[in-house]
Amino acid sequence: MKITPLGDSALTVRVDDRFKDAPEKTLKEVLNVVRRLEDAHIPGVIELAPAYTTVGVFFDPIRVINCAVEPGSVVEWITQKICEGLAHGKRKQGGRAVARVVEVPVCYDPEFALDLDHVAQHAQMSPKEVVDLHRATDYLVNCIGFTPGFPYLAGLPEKLATPRHATPRKEIAAGSVAIGGRQSGIYPLRSPGGWNVIGRTPLRLFDPQTNPPALLRAGDRLRFQAISRQEFETWTF
Amino acid sequence: MSLSLTRAGFLTSVQDLGRNGFRQFGVSLGGALDVFALRVANLLAGNDESDAGLEITLGGLRMRFEDKRVIAWCGGEFDVRVGSTPLPAGHSCLLNADDELTINQPKVGCRAWLTISGGIDVPFVLGSRSTDLRANFGGLDGRALRDGDGLPLGKQSEFSRSLIDLLREQRVASWSSPAEWSSSAKTETVLRIIRGVDWSRFNDVTIQRLTRDAFVVSSDSDRMGVRFDGPELRRNDDVDLVSEAVAPGTIQVPPNGRPILLLGDCQTIGGYPKIAHVITVDLPLAAQLRAGDRVRFSEVSIADAYRFLLERERQLERFRIGLSLHDS
Repeated sequence: MKITPLGDSALTVRVDDRFKDAPEKTLKEVLNVVRRLEDAHIPGVIELAPAYTTVGVFFDPIRVINCAVEPGSVVEWITQKICEGLAHGKRKQGGRAVARVVEVPVCYDPEFALDLDHVAQHAQMSPKEVVDLHRATDYLVNCIGFTPGFPYLAGLPEKLATPRHATPRKEIAAGSVAIGGRQSGIYPLRSPGGWNVIGRTPLRLFDPQTNPPALLRAGDRLRFQAISRQEFETWTF
Repeated sequence: MSLSLTRAGFLTSVQDLGRNGFRQFGVSLGGALDVFALRVANLLAGNDESDAGLEITLGGLRMRFEDKRVIAWCGGEFDVRVGSTPLPAGHSCLLNADDELTINQPKVGCRAWLTISGGIDVPFVLGSRSTDLRANFGGLDGRALRDGDGLPLGKQSEFSRSLIDLLREQRVASWSSPAEWSSSAKTETVLRIIRGVDWSRFNDVTIQRLTRDAFVVSSDSDRMGVRFDGPELRRNDDVDLVSEAVAPGTIQVPPNGRPILLLGDCQTIGGYPKIAHVITVDLPLAAQLRAGDRVRFSEVSIADAYRFLLERERQLERFRIGLSLHDS
């Protein structure tokens, strides 16, 4: 495990360099690092930011220095605290460690599925076959990013992998379910984007008025459930 | 009590020290792009350092207040006036009800932070009053301010009240914050950097270019990042990197070779190589960059980055104590 500075107010804990080999195992390890570092309560640490193979550890250098640390030794000090936290953390597998399974309703109506034909053409399948394959698959939330609440999903069947658009669309509707290369994701907010849109969910993936503000978090399992246009319009939470 | 904006300016938003704790959900830090300027201006207005103020981009504001308030501002070389009286940066100033405050275009720099005693009292969203302009929440209705907006002001501190009393004759305080704090814009900017994790993915010629050449700020820069038109930086390898955490100050190099210096509204994760990071004490300079400005980068050690930061924090502590002596 390598720990490197990310500027002067954060460090990156690198769990693995080779993500593609074993995504699930790597993700588990990343989330394990997050839990252990949460439990370590390292002075000055503000928050943790997990991604595919890394955990960003954001800290306040002044608070670290106020723990009688020389300015020249801040990185060494906090690195040591991280290593201690990882070595001594022995939180039981439980609580958040158990993966949640979230069902996400998707309407694949042509009005929403702007790129369904394109994806079908690329996969040499019919649009219906694309939809059936897409919703018959279990996905894993690798991390949240790009915009608040945007889940990067692993598990897309290889057949459905479709390169992203060379020129991104200026605006993609909130709730759009999309394919970008070998990844799949859901746009929580209206935003620009270059992925292939194949449907839309009525679920709200990001709501700043709730805590936590995002429906999904890294480590969640996700399944898409096809709904009709009628169900989409009348969906209640 | 409130303030009303007759003219909201080019891009004005409510900002505080930013939104921590939600990076794992993809929520940006946000906040004032120069948090130090906001802290200093808040102290001058008798506020808590973490109170919300206005981040002003390129000026163009006119506003009035319903009651007596102490205000202060820090940032670029803006022309700020109360009626016809010029109000220099880094000074506490008394505004009476119905005085008009005008903030015109800066001669040098890009942004300023204005604080008002009592702070701007919009609701906290995810622990902060900052406006997230990309995800549209926080601040006033999650958006940039518009002509005709009114903003609620909070209850003034005892210290603010005593400042109002103290300034009733002279209006503008005779004391001020150190000039280099209140006026952060430069015509020739040098940003100090430390190495990023991908520094060694770039060859010696490219690194020399990074540390010797002047980079020109592009017009498509915003609160997410400062983009540079050139010179271009090329990588040795074309390894596909996996996205990981980035932070304000990170300098990314996308495939087109034109570096991007990330600012407060940057995404939480990114997949471009991180060649270097601007040190925290120099982020105020980065927040003043505008299209056409020339910037150089100069490498320092991370230990020096912490020494500079600690020194500035100690000076701020002395300033805070000195300021409290005016409370009598």
